Amino acid sequence: MEYFLELFFSGLTRGSIYALIALGYTMVYGIIELINFAHGEIYMIGAFVGLVVAGILTSFGFPAASIVVLASIAAIIYAAAYGYTIEKIAYRPLRGAPRLSPLISAIGMSIFLQNYVMLSQTSDFLSFPSLIPEFNFLGKYESMVGSSDFVIIVVAAVVMVALNLFIKFTRMGKAMRATAQNRKMAMLVGINVDQVISATFVIGSALAAVGGVLIASHIGQINFFIGFIAGIKAFTAAVLGGIGSVPGAMLGGLILGWTESFCTGYVSSDYEDVFAFALLVLILIFRPSGLLGKAPIQKV
Amino acid sequence: MEGLKKSILASLWFMFLTLPIMGVFVNTIDKSVTWHFDRVLYVGVAAFVLSYLWRFMLERKEKGQKAEEQASVEKVTLFSKLMSNPKVYWPALIAVAGFAVAFPKLFSMYQVNVMTSALIYVVLGLGLNIVVGLAGLLDLGFVAFYAVGAYSYALMNMYWGISFWVALPLGALLGALCGILLGFPVLRLRGDYLAIVTLGFGEIIRLVLENWGTFTHGPSGISNIARPEFFGFAKGFMAQINFMYYLMLVMVIFTIFVVNRLKNSRIGRAWQALREDEIACQAMGIDKMKTKLMAFSLGATWAGLVGVVFAAKTTFINPASFTFLESAIILSIVVLGGMGSILGVILGALVLILLPEYMRDFSEYRMLIFGATMVLVMVFRPQGLVRDVRKKIDISAVKKALGGAHE
Repeated sequence: MEYFLELFFSGLTRGSIYALIALGYTMVYGIIELINFAHGEIYMIGAFVGLVVAGILTSFGFPAASIVVLASIAAIIYAAAYGYTIEKIAYRPLRGAPRLSPLISAIGMSIFLQNYVMLSQTSDFLSFPSLIPEFNFLGKYESMVGSSDFVIIVVAAVVMVALNLFIKFTRMGKAMRATAQNRKMAMLVGINVDQVISATFVIGSALAAVGGVLIASHIGQINFFIGFIAGIKAFTAAVLGGIGSVPGAMLGGLILGWTESFCTGYVSSDYEDVFAFALLVLILIFRPSGLLGKAPIQKV
Repeated sequence: MEGLKKSILASLWFMFLTLPIMGVFVNTIDKSVTWHFDRVLYVGVAAFVLSYLWRFMLERKEKGQKAEEQASVEKVTLFSKLMSNPKVYWPALIAVAGFAVAFPKLFSMYQVNVMTSALIYVVLGLGLNIVVGLAGLLDLGFVAFYAVGAYSYALMNMYWGISFWVALPLGALLGALCGILLGFPVLRLRGDYLAIVTLGFGEIIRLVLENWGTFTHGPSGISNIARPEFFGFAKGFMAQINFMYYLMLVMVIFTIFVVNRLKNSRIGRAWQALREDEIACQAMGIDKMKTKLMAFSLGATWAGLVGVVFAAKTTFINPASFTFLESAIILSIVVLGGMGSILGVILGALVLILLPEYMRDFSEYRMLIFGATMVLVMVFRPQGLVRDVRKKIDISAVKKALGGAHE
């Protein structure tokens, strides 16, 4: 039972991170129907900015608590700035082009960003300082949920609730929903669609950066390639839940996290990623538009 | 004035963006920080210049689009005009063929080897072109079928000593079989779902190859794969490399021939129609599933076939040769070259494979440039290098002929 709970919570931690990144994919897809392949790289850049800022602050002798906050804020700002710029350079000039063009552009952007970070930093793994202090709050259950697991789960939950409220009640959130439903109509009723798309990229990137800093501090090391695998996994989570659907991305992330955690725990740790993709294939065969996705209505 | 302001802003923005990644390096072990402000300054200057160029190019592209819309006639480029003229077409073709045949005599062994790899990508590109370019099915796991071909030869050779010439059709067959097995359940999915499932499938194959150590030797791969025997000829190492080149050349010609025939056949037209509009296609009575499956497995067949050749050429394979990046490169060959256009795919393969090879001096930067090129070509030339010109039937001429018959 104890082993089960341990796997349950480690799956929940993973799943929360996948869900955070998946939200960026799902929101962008919902609005411009593009698989933003460079999104995983934004997560990676967020982690790197977090590392650099934490390193600088440590060398100046800042107190630990302020380092966590400042490094996360810097990571969020930079990831958002990168997301905004990428949209402007690689996707905006391609509106109205054939469907495959922005996808190729996104793959190119992803390769570019990976190599840009690799050449500027190194290709080696860098050790990431543990930003979250240890605090024993569970007594003898400490081994099941470490303090950083706890922080990740709580932060992810808070961020997701905030995002849902944002989309539901704010002006920009409503504009996003309208644009996702029908871009032309949204334009006609006076919504600045370009602004909405930029905002989507900015918010999605900021969420990915939160995920990046949290997981980097949890695992303790990063390199330029971490974005790729995380990106594919998060995208898998988004598709699982039904792409375009915000609650779907959260559900998909959690299911994926649990699947991986239980399968590695009870079956074999070599095939961790195989389980994730096999699950995806299975679900899509039986529910072609994901768990919470709506089947598209084809108009003739 | 407006331009100057915009360029200064762009320059400052990029300096801000690159500051933490390029400008600072922190060593977390001895807690030291190294600053590289000079690099950020270079970025600023480069961004200033490039932002002018960027805006100029975008404006030009927009003007070009408008002109095209106004003219409302499809622009015929000088190149395609020349190519449709038999006086130019045949000598050009003969010159290219002559050059290709004489290539091993003219260049060093290294060059021949590089060219053979490029030809491998030409065939892979043409194979994927059937799936993506003609049928419009986005396949991000194409390299999986390539891996199936390569591993089937390597394993059959290792366990049963099966020769290259027997493995060649078997590899193609296994590729096709895998294509059907994967295609059957997933081809019902819409475009992007299909993309991610094929990507997942590609990763599954790679991970299985990597982890099934007892059968596939895992990450260390299989070495000492037999080179093909050419019926007693070509015993020396040098001659074998040349023969490998000629084998690929024959394969390229065969592929071009088949794809060209397929493109204008009944099934080829069905693929293109399916790509344009699925619903209209179904209404016309085309079996959607069968047509898609055909394209998918046919593409996989070529990949399996070339996989066998690849294993024989390098005599060593491991799962690292079959990553997602490889699929992305093959896909970009198809899209950069011009989807659906055979000539475009060939040009795309030669440019994308030979360019990084000859840029070895900048080897550190070549993937950076590769990624940037993909973005730039898409932004400024989204239809690819060569636009696919479809055969057109002049309806008025047909009507006239028919009308004449009635009168």
